[in-house]
Parts: sequence; C-alpha cells; structure tokens
Amino acid sequence: MARNREALLLLLDVGPSMHSVLPETEKVCSMLVQKKLMYNKYDEVGIVLFGTKETDNDLTKEVGGYQHVVVLRNIKVVDGDLVEVLQELPRGTNDGDFLDAIIIGMDLLIKKYGETNKGKKRLCLITNALCPVKDPYEGTKEDQVTTIAKQMTVHGMKMESIVVRCLTGDSKNRTVQFHFMGLFETRNISPVTIFKGDLEISSKLRIKVRVYKKTSEEKLPTLKKYSDKAPPSDITATHEVKVDYEYKSIEDHGKVVPPDQRIKGYRYGPQIVPISSAEWDAVKFKPEKGVKLLGFTDSSNILRHYYMKDVNIFLAEPGNTRAIAAVSSLARAMKEMNKVAIVRCVWRQGQSNVVVGVLTPNVSEKDNIPDSFYFNVLPFAEDVREFQFPSFSNFPASWQPNEQQQEAADNLVKMLDLTLPGKGEALQPDFTPNPVLQRFYHHLELKSKHPDSAVPPLDETLKKITEPDVELLGKNKSVIDSFRRCFELKENPKIKKSRRLLREKMSGSIDRESNADISAQPLPFERVASLNRNQSCSMISSSHLCKFCQEKNLNGFCQYLVSKDLTLISKIEAIDSEVTDDEARSFLVKSETKVE
Amino acid sequence: MDLDPDDIFRDDEDDPDSEVFQERDSSKEFVVYLIDASPKMFSVTCPAGDQKDETHFHIALDCVSQSLKTQVINRSYDEVAICFFNTREKKNLQDLNGVFVFNVAEREYLDRPTARLIKEFDMIEESFAKNIGSQYGIISGTRENSLYNALWVAQALLRKGSAKTIDKRILLFTNEDDPFGSIKGATKLDMTRTTLQRAKDAEDLGISIELLPLSRPDEEFNVSLFYADLIGLEGEDLAQFIPSAGNKLEDMKDQLRKRMFTKRIVKRITFAIVGGLSIELNTYALIRPTLPGVITWLDSVTNRPLKTERTFICADTGALVQESSKRFHPYKNKNITFSMEELAEIKRVSKGHLRLLGFKPLSCLKDYHNLKPSTFVYPTDEEVIGSTCIFIALHRSMLQLKRFAVAFYGSSSRPQLVALIAQDEIIRSGGQIEPPGMHLIYLPYSDDIRHVEENFLEPNFSTTQATDDQIKKAAAVIKRIDLKDFSVCQFANPTLQRHYSVLQALALEEDEIPEIKDETVPDEEGMARPGVVRALEEFKNSVYGENYNEESDLAGDGKSTDTSRKRKTISENAAKESSNYDWGELADSGKLKDLTVMELKYYLTAHNLPVSGKKEALISRILTHMGK
Repeated sequence: MARNREALLLLLDVGPSMHSVLPETEKVCSMLVQKKLMYNKYDEVGIVLFGTKETDNDLTKEVGGYQHVVVLRNIKVVDGDLVEVLQELPRGTNDGDFLDAIIIGMDLLIKKYGETNKGKKRLCLITNALCPVKDPYEGTKEDQVTTIAKQMTVHGMKMESIVVRCLTGDSKNRTVQFHFMGLFETRNISPVTIFKGDLEISSKLRIKVRVYKKTSEEKLPTLKKYSDKAPPSDITATHEVKVDYEYKSIEDHGKVVPPDQRIKGYRYGPQIVPISSAEWDAVKFKPEKGVKLLGFTDSSNILRHYYMKDVNIFLAEPGNTRAIAAVSSLARAMKEMNKVAIVRCVWRQGQSNVVVGVLTPNVSEKDNIPDSFYFNVLPFAEDVREFQFPSFSNFPASWQPNEQQQEAADNLVKMLDLTLPGKGEALQPDFTPNPVLQRFYHHLELKSKHPDSAVPPLDETLKKITEPDVELLGKNKSVIDSFRRCFELKENPKIKKSRRLLREKMSGSIDRESNADISAQPLPFERVASLNRNQSCSMISSSHLCKFCQEKNLNGFCQYLVSKDLTLISKIEAIDSEVTDDEARSFLVKSETKVE
Repeated sequence: MDLDPDDIFRDDEDDPDSEVFQERDSSKEFVVYLIDASPKMFSVTCPAGDQKDETHFHIALDCVSQSLKTQVINRSYDEVAICFFNTREKKNLQDLNGVFVFNVAEREYLDRPTARLIKEFDMIEESFAKNIGSQYGIISGTRENSLYNALWVAQALLRKGSAKTIDKRILLFTNEDDPFGSIKGATKLDMTRTTLQRAKDAEDLGISIELLPLSRPDEEFNVSLFYADLIGLEGEDLAQFIPSAGNKLEDMKDQLRKRMFTKRIVKRITFAIVGGLSIELNTYALIRPTLPGVITWLDSVTNRPLKTERTFICADTGALVQESSKRFHPYKNKNITFSMEELAEIKRVSKGHLRLLGFKPLSCLKDYHNLKPSTFVYPTDEEVIGSTCIFIALHRSMLQLKRFAVAFYGSSSRPQLVALIAQDEIIRSGGQIEPPGMHLIYLPYSDDIRHVEENFLEPNFSTTQATDDQIKKAAAVIKRIDLKDFSVCQFANPTLQRHYSVLQALALEEDEIPEIKDETVPDEEGMARPGVVRALEEFKNSVYGENYNEESDLAGDGKSTDTSRKRKTISENAAKESSNYDWGELADSGKLKDLTVMELKYYLTAHNLPVSGKKEALISRILTHMGK
C-alpha cells in the first residue's frame, strides 16, 4: 500500500440497541465507500461487525473469546459489492463489546500490513456504547486500553469513534440524524500547503508559519461528456468525447492559424493590444514571495461581508515551540483587545498577484491543539462597487413597521431560534452535510443497479437542511400566526405580470398552512431528529483513555474516544446537556468524573 | 483540454450564480458627462489633504477621469461623451453657444472610451483656458441660456440607439444651485420654464438626468431652488436626495463616485419567511473580484482577432459529434450516465429561492464560515407591496437582538445554506459608508470544512501556550502598530494597476510604462519608529529568548530538517568541487563538452541554477550564465 493510500476498517455495532440508527450507519458508510470508488479507488476497506449472533474471526479460532464479533469483509481494495454489503447490514441479536471489536480490527490491520507500511491506517468505530465491556482475562480494563493505545501508536493507526446516543432508547422511534453524516469525514483529503515560511511582523521579527486551506468547496465529481457513437457490441469503447479547439481567421474563412502564429491580445476599450507571453513576463507585476504584517486594527473595522473567498488557516510551524508561543501570544492578545491583523501575502515566488487579507485569532479550546489564525481575503478598491441605497428612515410612513408589527418581528426573531438551550445549535456548518452530494451518490448507486432509475427524492433527514423544521414551527405557531396577522402583502396593481406569480404564492401559503396543521397533531415520528447532537448523538470520553491517547498521539479527525462502561456514560450525559457548543466540538474533554 | 471544467454541471436554464463572478454585459450604457465650466467652478475650492486646495472644476474632472478608467476596463461597450457648458468657445453639432464637446481623434462624440481619450482628458486642465475657456453663459440682459443649450446638445448626442436596450444618462456636475439667480422677472420665469421643458423632453425620450452637485464649504447646495424640478424630485424622493455635504475633498469625491455608477440588480428573488409570507428582494453584487480582462487570440501577422472553434470528437470512432447532452462517470466498472435534466433535478433540493429556517446569535457565525463573496439584498415593493415593511421590521429586530437569519438558498448551480446579516446604515461625514440592508453569506457544508489543525496535534500531552507576560508584550505590539482608520478596500490592486498601465502604454504606443505605486507594502518608516521597535524587541525577547538568532533557528527548535540539511551539504560540496575547475578557460576553449554531466552540475549547483535537461542544455546554461 503506497503512502497516499488509506486502509480503513469499519467497526460497526449492530447489536439490538443499535437497530434504530443502523439505516443512518448504512447511508453514511456506503457514501464513504462510494466517494472512495470515485476519488481513491485503490484504498482498502474492511468491515468488522459486533453485537452479532454469530462469531467469525481469527482471534476466536486462535485464542478463544471474542464472541459475537464477525469479520464481514477482510481488508481489500474497495469495490461495488462493498457498497451493497454496507447497505444491507445484518441486524445483530447480542450485546457487542467494542473493545473486542477494536482488538480484532487492529489484528486484521497488523496481519495484513505488518509494521513497515507507509500508508494511512484508520479505524472507524460506530457504536452507542450502551453495552458494558467485559472484564479482560488478565489485568484491568485500564491495562487493556493502555495496551491497545500503545499498539496503535506502534503501528501508526488512527481511530475515530462515533458514539450514537439515543436518550429515548425506544427503538420504535426512528431517530434520524443528518448530523451523523456531517460528523463523518467521508472523504480523505490530505492538507495542501499554500505557504511555508515566515510571517513577517517587521523586518526584524519573523514567525515561522504554515498556511493551509480551512474551507474549500467540495463539488460534485467532474463527469465526462458521453458519446454513444460506438456500437453497443464494442465492449472496449471508452465513450469519451474529445474536445478540439481550432483558431481560425475571421476574414479568411476556414483558414486555421497555427499556434506559433498566434499572439495573445488584451482588451483595452475598443482596442485589443497584442502582447507576447515573453514580453508580458518582462513587464508584468512581480512581487516577492512573503507574508508581511501591515498592522492591527479594531475588529469592528472589518465587516463580515467583506470576506471574499474560502478561508485559510495560519498555523505555527509544528514542533517549533517558539513559533507556537509567538502565534499563541499574538492570537490571545488580539482576542482580548478585539483586534485583527491586516497582512499582505504573496504565497509563491513567481505569483503575479498580491492578496491583502485579515487574520482573526482562533484561540484553541483544546489542550493539545495550538492557537492559530484564520485568514480571509479582503477586497481591493477595484472590487467594491459603492452603490448608494435610500435610508430606511426616508421611506414613507406606510412602509415603516408600527409598534405592533415591530413587536411581532422581535418575537419571531427571538422564538424561531436554532440554538435552543439544552438542544445545542442546529444547522451548524461543521455538522451539516451537503444534501446535493448525498443525493448524487444515492442516485449513482441506484443507477449502477438499474441504469434507468429516476432521481431519488431528497432523503427525509436532509430536508431538515432545505426546509424549516416542522417541530420548531409547530412550537411557535402562535408567534407565527401573530406575525402573519400583523403584516399584509398585496400585489402591486400596476404590474400585471406578477399576477400569476402572486397566485402561486397564495396557493403556496395555503399548502404551508395545512402543513402547520399537521404539525400541531402528534407527529408520526416523535422527536424526528432532535436538532441536537449532544442529546441524541454525542461524543464522550473517559478521562483515562482520553489522556492516554493524547499522550500516544492517536490523532485523527475526530478523536472521539469511548467510555468504558455504562456508569461513566450516564454521568457524562448529565454534563453533556450543559456543555457549550464549543465544548461539544472539543472531543477530548477532560472529564472531572472519576472512573469507577 | 476542456476550457471550463465547471461547464459540465451547468444547467440549461438561466443560471443566476454564474454572475457571482462576472456581471452581465447585456445592458449597455450611454453617458454624457455634462460639466459646468463657469468661473464659479474655478473660484470655489475645497481643502485637500496636503494644504493644496482643489477647485470644483478639478474635482469634477477627476471624477470623470476615474469613471472613464473604470469603464474602459469593466464596461468597455459603454459609450461616453464629455461636454462642457458655460464655455467661451463652442463646439457642437447644433452650433449652440457656450457648449463645448470634448473629443479626440478616431472617435465620434459619443463613442466607446479609448486610451487616447483618457490620456488627453487627463491633460485637459493645462490647456483648458487656452482652447476652451470658462465664461458665464447666463447673463442678465441677454437671452442666452447655456444650460438649456447643454441639455439640448446632450439629448442630441443620446439620440442614437434604442432606449429599450440601452441605459441613457446625463450626469450633470455643477456647483451653481440657482442658475437663473442673476436674471429677474419674466425672463427668469421664461428661461426656467423652457429649461425644465427641455429636461422633461429628454426624460420622455428615456434619458435620465442625474445631478452631481458640488457644495461650497460654507453653504450646502440647495437642490430645491431649481434642480429638484429639473431632475424630477418630489416629496419622498426629494427627502432622500442626499446633497453631498462633506467639507473634505476625499469625501466629496467618494460620494460623487458612488453616484456615478448605476446600481445593477443581479436578480430579484422571493424570500419565504413564515406561514406563507413571501417578500420580494433585489440582490446586488457589491463586492466581486475584478480580474484582468480576458485574452483574445490574435493572428500575429495581421493582429486581427481569431475565431475559436470548438469541435467534439467521439474518441472511439473519430466521428464529429454534437455537444452531448449526456454525462458519465466510471463507477463499479461500469459507465454510469446521467442526462443533463437528471443532474439539474439532483440539484433541485428546495422549492423557491430563499427560505427562512431560523435565527441564531451572531457569535455562531465563525470566521471560517465563508466560501465566496457575499451578496447584498435590499427590499422592493415593486411587485409585492408590503415587502419593505416586513424587511425593515426584521432588519431592526435582528440588529437589536444581535442575531442573524439562517436560510436555504435554492440556486440552480449550488443550493446552499446562507447567513443573512443585517447591516445598519453607516453615514460618515455626510456620505453613506454602508448601505442599510442585509448581506447574504454563503455557508460551507461539513464536506467543505477541513480540520487541518487536528492533523498537527501535539505529540506531547499539551501544546505550548503563551504565558501572561508574552500576551502582555504582544498586546503592547498590537497597540503600537495600530491602523486607526483602516478601511477595507483602501488599497488599489497593484497587479491590476500594472496590467492596465502596461496596456494603456502599449495602446498609445508609448515607450515608457509609467511606474505604479504598490500601496500594499508595509509602512517601513512607521515600523522603524522607536516606540514600535522597542515594543517589537520586548515581544521578541519574551517569546524567543534573549540570545535568539534567526539564522540558526531553523525548523524545529534549531534542528534543521533532513531535506534542508541535505540540500545545504550538496550545495557546499558543489561549491568546493566547482572551484577546482577553471570554467572561463574551459568555456573559451570549447572543452565544456568534454566534462561529465556530474561535473557540469557542480557549476550549476554552485551558482544556484537549475540542473535539469540534457547535457547540451546544461552547457548552454553555463555559457549564458557566464555571459558568453
């Protein structure tokens, strides 16, 4: 397995208490494999199930024990069958022991790759951790965890765990969670360094930093144009379409001008100015590579809507404690003083443009993640169109909301709240998957079986992203009704063409009202997807294992570590409901709870 | 090669989001700049920053010049005419007194702006008194009416083209709020009436007249004296008209500039709020990256533009095919095909344009929740009356409660979640800095967010964190290097400036390319101030220690990385080896070819030259470097 490949082992709990969330597990795992088929088709994946009725694994045969753990598929290169297997996971009948599953998984990885392998090795555990872990044959549970952590470090394995929590625990209630999907890193993208060098505070003070992308739009895969010209019998046909560009003289029809007789022209008003690439290189703007501080300014001087592009992150050079301290002290001082830094960046030598942007402090909440800066590109003078708009206060009185209307609006803004206390923040970008991508991969899989499959409807759970939450609307029916009563909309009689449009709108409103009626009745799915990850799907960690794994550098995207027994879970559960959103995101919370 | 990989997912239907980066060119604009050149424009001054006062005339010229430069870059299909009134000389097709149309060679009066026009217009002030001259055109006792004449000339210039497809505008710069103030009695009434009638005729022909008043420092331009009637301001509109107060030159220029551009609506959208209430909003692209213009391929012999022809060829049969309506991707050893309709359907995940989902406190919007430039939304009552009222109410509540709205934006190219942030109007020194409305921020999905920092978890239990002392020292630095009045977009883009100065010089066949000033470089002078240096020094000592030497502090606390160490050894070795040869002698006697590639590389490495290529390439590189 080469350096850039990944071996992934899915450790899936299929015990009875997991049945309600298995559909989600199936969806997220199959999407993960589908993306691998598209982007990393040489990656290798294996599946270990636990909580099954049967037992089928090497260690049982070799040393005994490890009951109710089945190696559903040994590690091998991803293929289409794997998607199908994952979409029809068997429902288990027994309680599963996730520590057993982790050991089996590690055993598979070690047997397959030995110690020398350079590729990434990842274990992905999905469980609700509701079933107690058995006592090991020798030593304590802590010892066992210690051994596991050591072995993971030795073999360079990473582990991610998702602990699904259903407070109701009632399997009749279908707990639907799109967050579940957002939590999972379904595509493995290695970080691309944008810049490696000095952040120059002044000519005499430099800080070693690295710049990476923090956000970048994941698009649908690039599809090729299809040609149906090849006869159906030709099984080797590629069906590809090549695109050919020819540059032809306008006066002399059809005469193709060869590449060496072409020259680039830039438009300047009605003129087109010809200039060869060599000439252009000689005269164009050539800034020196480097990232230089221009100064600090009040954060209120940089309004949020001036951010121009996707976001980068400035990290101090890893391992360089002085650089880390320098970044950390600036970040913390900036946060305290409500300041931001303006920097001028030329990422690469030979790059012809300069970027001016803003560094905002990102003070880490976690012990083992250093402080950093977010970087956003700011506009140049040429990029801003300074239109003037009338002040609202200049509008006629009939356009101004009266006291009653303002109160109705205040109530709506207050009550239609996506961050209800105890429920956490809904629709957090960090946990909200792209419904279009999900739908595309779903359709792709359907088409692989039946080429004529129609586009599937949007998954029910994903409608939470595109449509208002019925539960939230239902709860605030009176606020909404009073808002509706306060404001009146009518079509402008002077404009005819909008008549149709408005009628559509009216009928739309009727639909919506009937919706509201339904929502007032008991919902078919009580608690359809609580909006909150803390309650129904949460990450917990045992202080011991947590600390241990930090020591052992078991890093991964979400290093959700798993508690060892039920008593601990219930305690953290209580804590969970009070944690802030930031803490919820920091998975390696040091728990005050004593391990019993 | 495919020119546009994103093209593949473009829908057949009208795609609103492609305008995120490129504004639509279809709406053309014809503008007549009508500049008052009366002596009053020269006598009233405005204090500029560095003691020098600028005349109103100069300010007007400056604004027009700025506008021309923007037009030639961004909207080069617009046509412009520059026309002075209250002049001594006259030059216009109607041969009317007191009106002078400025023009350059190879250009009609109303035509696209050219490099020559911009250049000569920039120099017009020097020769103005000589060639055109300033003179009051409305004098009591005569029936001359230069304002009337000016409007007539402008209207005649704008006669070409249909008003249906072209925006026709007259931009009038003046500092005289009462043009007929010196006239008395019936003559005044008569002249006022005919001038207003002339303006009304122009409006009837679809020409809009816009006033760009220049206020005197001591006295505000009183629009209601005469011009309110001329430009058709009544009641509400009159109240909305913000006279450019502002005593500072920069402020005045700013405001004029803002007023010179027409607002272009990107799109009108409906915003579904709750319970079936949907209001109408206009969206505007206030901030978009300006890119250097597109490349046109030319025939290098004739310098005539070439036509690019794209042909599709079936890779299997070599047959020419039509632009295919099907797309495919290999998956599970099969080719899965999608029709364009299916792909569009996949993206149709929501009904309607914009749907409100709820509200959140502003603190939930993180600095990394961004993907592309924001879009501005402003309400309109044009189709649905009551939209503005609801918008204002929500706007106020959101500002007061410090909350933003989360909504789903169902665009056909990328449906996504957006944050709507209410922006209060900001007015500074009489001018609008931020318009009131909401900004639509495009939010990333979890798929778009990367967790880089977690890839670099510290191997130790906890990472280095700044001490209180270090934070204190950092705070002192921050206080010292403070950009007080920093405003976003105060810098011109040096790349673009260079690009267009090169093009302008080439277009005018000038030998020298004017140097441009890079405004984005740090203020070295300010950084060298003793207070700043001291604060930096203290901060440096605090984080790096007293005896910190930058050169020795390579990666990882003084340990150089393997590769950099290796590279260093190689270059040291090469320098040593290279000194064993008499390169000049070898080159002169043509004996370089007798050396091995290895030996040649000593020279190249020692001189920091690339070592790639065949032996001949290496030799020629060495010779070039030696200047032989």
